[in-house]
Amino acid sequence: MLQDKDRIFTNLYGQDDWRLAGARRRGVWDGTKALIALGRDNIVDKVKESELRGRGGAGFPTGLKWSFMPKDPGERPSYLVVNADESEPGTCKDREILRFDPHRLIEGCLVSSFAMGAHACYIYVRGEFYFENSQMQQAIDEAYEAGLVGKNACGSGWDFDIYMHRGAGAYICGEETALLESLEGKKGQPRLKPPFPAAVGLYGCPTTVNNVETIAVVPEILRRGVDWWKSIGRPKNTGTKIFSISGHVEKPCNVEEEMGIPLKELIDKHCGGVRGGWDNLLAVIPGGSSVPCLPKSICDSVLMDFDSLREVQSGLGTAAVIVMDKSTDIVAAIERLAHFYMHESCGQCTPCREGTGWMWRVLGRMVRGEAEAGEIDTLLDVTKQVEGHTICALGDAAAWPVQGLIRHFRPELERRMEQYRASKVAAE
Amino acid sequence: MRTTSYGAPDSGDFAFDEANRKRAETIIARYPEGREQSAVIPLLDIAQRQNGGWLSDSAIAHVAAVIGMAPIRVHEVVSFYTMFYSKPVGRHLIQVCRTTPCWLRGSDELTRACLKKLGTRIGEVTEDGLFSVMEVECLGACANAPMVQINDDYYEDLTPETLVRVLDALAAGQEIGVGSQSGRQGSAPEGGAQTLLETQPGGGGAG
Repeated sequence: MLQDKDRIFTNLYGQDDWRLAGARRRGVWDGTKALIALGRDNIVDKVKESELRGRGGAGFPTGLKWSFMPKDPGERPSYLVVNADESEPGTCKDREILRFDPHRLIEGCLVSSFAMGAHACYIYVRGEFYFENSQMQQAIDEAYEAGLVGKNACGSGWDFDIYMHRGAGAYICGEETALLESLEGKKGQPRLKPPFPAAVGLYGCPTTVNNVETIAVVPEILRRGVDWWKSIGRPKNTGTKIFSISGHVEKPCNVEEEMGIPLKELIDKHCGGVRGGWDNLLAVIPGGSSVPCLPKSICDSVLMDFDSLREVQSGLGTAAVIVMDKSTDIVAAIERLAHFYMHESCGQCTPCREGTGWMWRVLGRMVRGEAEAGEIDTLLDVTKQVEGHTICALGDAAAWPVQGLIRHFRPELERRMEQYRASKVAAE
Repeated sequence: MRTTSYGAPDSGDFAFDEANRKRAETIIARYPEGREQSAVIPLLDIAQRQNGGWLSDSAIAHVAAVIGMAPIRVHEVVSFYTMFYSKPVGRHLIQVCRTTPCWLRGSDELTRACLKKLGTRIGEVTEDGLFSVMEVECLGACANAPMVQINDDYYEDLTPETLVRVLDALAAGQEIGVGSQSGRQGSAPEGGAQTLLETQPGGGGAG
């Protein structure tokens, strides 16, 4: 188990003062000027070396992403855009950083922007997070007043401006190019890639989009050292991670833990266990709604990191752990998610626009068992037609939960169909 | 994808009041020159607040004029994002989160309790104009499920009983604490945090 001394988000629950004085007491803004003095290339190299992977779901190596930013962009400014459009069902970690530890994020924005040659940063926060946006804005105002951001930020010689931008309700704006469209004042519909944002991003300028948690841990990695960060977790799956645990546990919570912690330990140590005991576990969605669910047999031993979860055909995603005990109607649980993706499809690509609704309707019948056994394979086939055939990953995200259901709970689907048929026969 | 019905008729004379005109200027200044369109969502938000919780055609037209956008482009934005309403809503807009993490912990019961208490249906405004109820997708407070958003505020760790208590307080115009209704500190586990014990205020181990 991770020790308190290795935790970065020391105000995760809002126990302490979130303002500048409290943040300084917790070590934020400590020697920021010296971090910037490391130099641009040096910071990018250290982040690469740390093997930090993006905390927003895809797990792409952060340092590598930064290195795509042009060294000499010419006339065009470079931008850092922070993705605070936290909307993946199950996920509620960035909210805690925004409302309880805003200065940690602002410091991260400064150091990261400098490393990418960006003088300006926008933080795109989901529209519903009115309070979180307000906390961030107050912290930004404090930081300007204290000379931590603005002209010659922290006395580093680097000019840096940072702005909040609140959305208005659209899951798809968590997709980085949809986010940029939205930030430009348009419908949040994803762009075709390439070109990637590092070449053509916000206002056609070089842009990197990173998740809140990713940016917020950067100053601590530099302060405490790459070796410290890499001593936590496993190779290529390094460092600490905030896990959001929801659903059928005794005590749902957010907690910062070591990457690669066994799922069972995470639930037993921090959440008071599965409701009714571990043997009452039916399934877990380990990384936010987009990743396939896992049955208890896999949950018994799986480790919570990118590569371990990939090995069992699921994913760490946002590390949002949705726990379902044996009282759960697993088909209805996935049908709810299918409804979510139908609702959130931006409508741009036909396989997603039509496929998400089709999958939801078929699953709705399957909840009641009102289907033929052959339709399971048809449904699986449709998920494969959607997956990989859309501009963005929402199509994949809609397909995977259904694939997970069929992979692990096909007998349950068949049982319902038989039951439904039997009830029909009995009625006649 | 959402579909939008036609907006309600309006008097056609919306304009930002003085305070909002200044707010709009501050917002527009956050974006580079020539990129005023970036301000469309924040400006629609303040227009909607000034207009009593929904966006009339004239409010949309005003925002379009302020930032020099074609009105149809602003309409496109309004109909794309779920937080813009083209018809009047209750003074207290209740949004019950329905997605799986909340559903697993009883969001259906919250919706039922809410509708029963108010004697209304999803999407309707109560006769006194005080409330309207919607079911929405994940609001991102899953470790404090089930929860609802009412206007700008989150009410978390709800039961049908505590939700009714919140509604009673709002109807009576009384103050009621936002956030967890079961007394949790943020998203710490029920009964108090088991971690960060050394880093509590005064604990001295701030790292």
